[in-house]
Amino acid sequence: MLYREAGQFKTTYRADQAVFPIRQDFIGIIAILAVLFVVVPLTFNDFWLKSIMIPTLIFALAAIGLNLLTGYAGQLSLGTGGFMGVGAYACYKLATIFPDVNILIHIFLSGFFAAGVGFIFGLPSLRIKGFYLAVATLASQFFLEWAFGRIAWLYNYNDSGAIEVPTRTLFGVPITSATAAPVTQYLIVLAIVVLLTWVASNLVRGRFGRAWMAVRDMDIAAELIGIRLLPTKLMAFAISSYYAGVAGALMVFMWLGAAEVESFDINVSFQLLFMVIIGGLGSLLGCFLGAAFIWNLPIFLRAVPEMFGTHVNAATVEHIQFMIVGGLIVFFLIVEPNGLARMWAVAKEKLRRWPFPY
Amino acid sequence: MGGLLYNVFIDPFMQMGSAPDLLLQVLWEGFVSGTLYALIALGFVLIFKASGVFNFAQGIMVVFGALSLVGLIALGVPAILAIVMCIGIMAALAYSVEKLVLRPLVNQEPIILFMATIGLNFFLIGLGELVFGGEPKVMPTEQLGLPTGSWDFDVLGGLVIIQQLDVAAAAVACTLVAGLAIFFNKTRIGRALRAVADDHQAALSVGISLNQIWRIVWFSAGIVALATGIMWGARSDVSFALSIVALKALPVLILGGFTSIPGAIVGGLIIGFGEKIAEFYWGPLVGGSIESWFPYFLALIFLLFRPQGLFGEKIIDRV
Amino acid sequence: MRFKKMALGIAAAAMLGGGLLSGATPSNAEDQIYIPLLTYRTGPFAGSGTPIANGLHDYLTMLNERDGGIGGVKLAIEECETGYNAQKGVECYEGTKGKGAVVYNPYSTGITLQLIPKAPVDKIPILSMGYGLSATAVGSKFPWTFNAPATYWSQMSAIIKYIDSQDGGIKGKKIGFIYLDVGYGREPIPLLEELSKEMGFEVLLVPVGGKEMQNQSSHWLQVRKEKPDYMIMWGWGAMNPTAVKEAAKIRYPMDKFIGVWWSGGNVDLRPAGEDGKGYKSTNFHSTGTNYGAIQDIIKHVVDKGLSQVDKASVGDNYYNRGVMNAVLIAEAIRTAQEKTGVKAITGVEMRVGLENLNLTSERLAEIGLEGFTNPIKVTCDDHAGAHPIYIQQWDGKGWNKVSDWFTPMTERVRPKLVAAAEEWVKDKPDWETQTCE
Repeated sequence: MLYREAGQFKTTYRADQAVFPIRQDFIGIIAILAVLFVVVPLTFNDFWLKSIMIPTLIFALAAIGLNLLTGYAGQLSLGTGGFMGVGAYACYKLATIFPDVNILIHIFLSGFFAAGVGFIFGLPSLRIKGFYLAVATLASQFFLEWAFGRIAWLYNYNDSGAIEVPTRTLFGVPITSATAAPVTQYLIVLAIVVLLTWVASNLVRGRFGRAWMAVRDMDIAAELIGIRLLPTKLMAFAISSYYAGVAGALMVFMWLGAAEVESFDINVSFQLLFMVIIGGLGSLLGCFLGAAFIWNLPIFLRAVPEMFGTHVNAATVEHIQFMIVGGLIVFFLIVEPNGLARMWAVAKEKLRRWPFPY
Repeated sequence: MGGLLYNVFIDPFMQMGSAPDLLLQVLWEGFVSGTLYALIALGFVLIFKASGVFNFAQGIMVVFGALSLVGLIALGVPAILAIVMCIGIMAALAYSVEKLVLRPLVNQEPIILFMATIGLNFFLIGLGELVFGGEPKVMPTEQLGLPTGSWDFDVLGGLVIIQQLDVAAAAVACTLVAGLAIFFNKTRIGRALRAVADDHQAALSVGISLNQIWRIVWFSAGIVALATGIMWGARSDVSFALSIVALKALPVLILGGFTSIPGAIVGGLIIGFGEKIAEFYWGPLVGGSIESWFPYFLALIFLLFRPQGLFGEKIIDRV
Repeated sequence: MRFKKMALGIAAAAMLGGGLLSGATPSNAEDQIYIPLLTYRTGPFAGSGTPIANGLHDYLTMLNERDGGIGGVKLAIEECETGYNAQKGVECYEGTKGKGAVVYNPYSTGITLQLIPKAPVDKIPILSMGYGLSATAVGSKFPWTFNAPATYWSQMSAIIKYIDSQDGGIKGKKIGFIYLDVGYGREPIPLLEELSKEMGFEVLLVPVGGKEMQNQSSHWLQVRKEKPDYMIMWGWGAMNPTAVKEAAKIRYPMDKFIGVWWSGGNVDLRPAGEDGKGYKSTNFHSTGTNYGAIQDIIKHVVDKGLSQVDKASVGDNYYNRGVMNAVLIAEAIRTAQEKTGVKAITGVEMRVGLENLNLTSERLAEIGLEGFTNPIKVTCDDHAGAHPIYIQQWDGKGWNKVSDWFTPMTERVRPKLVAAAEEWVKDKPDWETQTCE
């Protein structure tokens, strides 16, 4: 009833192609942002911010990166975790070499290093595709993991081989390391994620996005209409890795506070792929839904027995949680292979006609 | 610079020449690992060929098979009976996977099927740990009649130590590979499988049951996993870390092609030899542990020259 | 379609449900001491993690069952599964710290590194017993982190000292170091390299990547090629049994193969069995069940079915390691109660307790653990102590003590620790330190 587009006429192509062609969507987004920026910081406790909101946002950002590559450009990648690592290590090196430059600048810059590495490891995509390419991206994953552990310069020759985040401030307020308040970190992460999501939403509707989708749907046809495959695919790898790199830098600087190689291992890559698939390939909204679902499901499952006041030992919960997560993934793929975003779209479609469906 | 070139291009070969016993030992280790990689890769290939599913759960099936065997023997079941029961468990697994996962997902994109197998992977990890516990177990080699001794050979003034267990592992792997090759080339079911691999619809139209073929390939992949699990488990121990070893089969797949059985075998051996030699002679130059990524690079370099893989039966999708 | 709706419902429930849960942060109850245990019984490191988790859990449960807690206050014990994964570990930390946690024992050097900067902010001490960042032994720089009874560095120095005391000294020998290639395994390398210069021996580093844990044949061929006189191992989880098997395969003399105390579990050696005979590892407590406290655990916990342990594994090396850790926690709580007069202590009092922990041999006898470990005294300046350790040897079935208790090379290690601690603090201007008088 409320969600009706009657009376909203588009008189230009521009208006028709806007991010939110329906006014209610626009209002909805504003409302969500208001909640995220105002209500959440005021009401949520540290656990909520640190263990749920911040990781969800960071993973959503990395998932957007992967989705640009896999969902839009059709190149399956299992190396996102490694690219996140490149961003994190680059940011760490930048922050320690240039301690006076603001850390936020470093975070944005570190994405470019990841983009460069992604560009190089995207080269095999010119020869191969599909699962062959997926396995080839695994090469980058394993190589990067190895390099993070083996090249001591990357972690400043620390004895522990881990990178530890130095305290950096913004307007005199600490925003990194343990001295920073979770609320500040949350707001910064949120701002960066919102900004980059907005960039991505314009990217996919623009020249790049259309070229990617053309390549995804049929590369030969894309070539025929004048899209050059080489730059298009490599650009997809580079931009995707940029997002992953920024997400990696945020992960270490705004969330974990210290990281070892294991923080970027193959499981992270798989987790991100799950987020993208469960959320919905080729949908930015899906990235957020997928990240929220995959990241929070285990936390939720772990809390279930506590909610009912029963005590089950931690290991059993973990085992059952593995089974449930695995089972749910299969279940979701069977029920809606196009992901949560598609479910949302269906729900919206229903809402439009409610209460008088025809 | 000259020193670097010497270290990279000359010294390793000098080492090979000066200590032929070590070279032989390295090659032998490479051969044993290679046969086992080939075996794991074979599990992937069988399933991919028949159903187009890239089965990520192959690794956990290896662990699952080995764990069931150890668990059953620990309960006091005689070894032979335990193996038979494990084969039964693998059959049940194949049946339920086909029924609960594959059939509802028929006609979906390959990537969806791939994700489903990762979901299956998680499920099996949870189930396995719930039933058997997470701690590593010892493969009861005695009950299974696996040899544990070793033979020493004097070769060119050096010593080559060959574990009887490794010989057994290689022998089992070879037998299994040969058996499967014959099965899929000479029998009726094998022909049906190849028909399915070529064209699902055509196969259906001549009366081949897709579901049945899928159950058979998953079952065969289960048997292969069980054998790999027993052998690798006996070489170290049976724990969930074993499933990581299965990742090693992925470069074998790129090298040999996803659909080629001989490709899996030869690819496995190339990767096995390649990684051991690279790690042993060149690894120390860059700090070691290059085994984790070297096979992928080997496979990638190879792909640049031959994108269809070693025995690619047809030109694979490429641009 | 019903399917789809169901799925939609589940998705919504999962997302919202996440919302309901952590509001359930229980109030900081006055009448209990909350001890979260970051343990792991799953994943590739479960083999090492499970017995430790059992030991920790069972000793603390025994105190509840037998004495009704400590100083009349019940202990609330909760395990949180980390899977040896740093992210999950941090999540466990964030999820439990609000419930009034008094101490954390991360059981992973990676998780410890993440928690070190958080400890002074949240005012909850970390007890990384015999692992973690070695430099945190310098209490003046790390007021909130404790790693009694010894750091990795002092332990490495002890192993070197032991080798030096064997035939002909260490000078001119070649020492191989095989390690799990993560923060944990890399931790002692700086000390090893410095000692090699000072004492004149050669070092061969053999890293084992996490993915190669069960695939070590080329690493050990390297060892066969280089023929080091001794091998030292910093392994964990599935790496240990494979390493021992591979060493046996290349006929490496087992009595020259010495593991860190995390590479000396019964589960690690059982797969090798007879082949592992002669393998040595360090230790700082005893194995076996011949102690009053452990008998009490069997009586009050295991026999009542309150434990997950298989009765035959009580007294295994790692089980007793867990007990040892629990003893340190319990004694620190008791000390804290005595020093501060507060019964239901929090992290702040716990820090006082840990810093004044003095586990004398009389006290050990009192709690039914006479001779279980060497006396341990923590001071403000020294959060680890250079406590004596001993070497044990595998006889195919169990462990035997083959050396006396001996102290590490404190005089060499301590200055290096201080230097490392200063280095760590250097670029952190607002790091909280303390002055020790």
